[in-house]
Amino acid sequence: MKLVYFAWLRERVGIPGESVTPPADVTTVGALLQWLKARGGGYAEALKDLSVVRVAVNQEYAGPDAPVRPGDEVALFPPVTGG
Amino acid sequence: MQAEDFDVGAEIAALRQGATGSGAFVTFTGIVREYSSGRADGATSDKQLTAMTLEHYPGMTARTLEAIEVEARSRWPLDACLIVHRYGRLEPGANIVLVITASPHRLAAFEAAEFLVDWLKTKAPFWKLEESGAGGHWVEAKAIDDKAADRWTVAAPGPAQHRKAG
Repeated sequence: MKLVYFAWLRERVGIPGESVTPPADVTTVGALLQWLKARGGGYAEALKDLSVVRVAVNQEYAGPDAPVRPGDEVALFPPVTGG
Repeated sequence: MQAEDFDVGAEIAALRQGATGSGAFVTFTGIVREYSSGRADGATSDKQLTAMTLEHYPGMTARTLEAIEVEARSRWPLDACLIVHRYGRLEPGANIVLVITASPHRLAAFEAAEFLVDWLKTKAPFWKLEESGAGGHWVEAKAIDDKAADRWTVAAPGPAQHRKAG
């Protein structure tokens, strides 16, 4: 699974993206966020308030119950501020 | 999406070539303010900016802007529709975003332009980093922008009622 981070989430995690292989029971966006948060350090800092974390799976917005699979591109970012 | 600047007049002229049936062109240009956007209620603060850097998620930005344009075209009778959004480091006074709509009548062109700006502000994956003397600061999303975008869902203006107006 490919993870990509943007804006302050990227800064707090410390890298723009990475490839990860979560455990088999991580099958939803919500479970993936909890698994990442449990890694501690920059992940825990970036994910401490999930109300300001948005997720896109394969470039489409996805809620906590949305499925994630090996091979997906999952993006984590703050609420958008373009325009 | 592009890093380089755009020429508003040239973009309108190009669109007019392909929209000769249009009686109304509406243009919105978003520009980097001299002062920080600051407070959550949208009021500007007194913090002077040296620059603003726009980060984006390239693949998803393209998809999102296309989806927003398709939605606008399904709601209003548009002959032409253009969204240009810049990214990278921009200084105060620089162009950020251009939205142009063209329709036979003005009401559809005005409404579609507002809709496009409201939706791209709340859906397109761009993030603004403000630079000032105090350092860098990521702009926070504003409730008033969500409210502006929501009115197009709640009120759900049907295209039929607008075709007659204008």
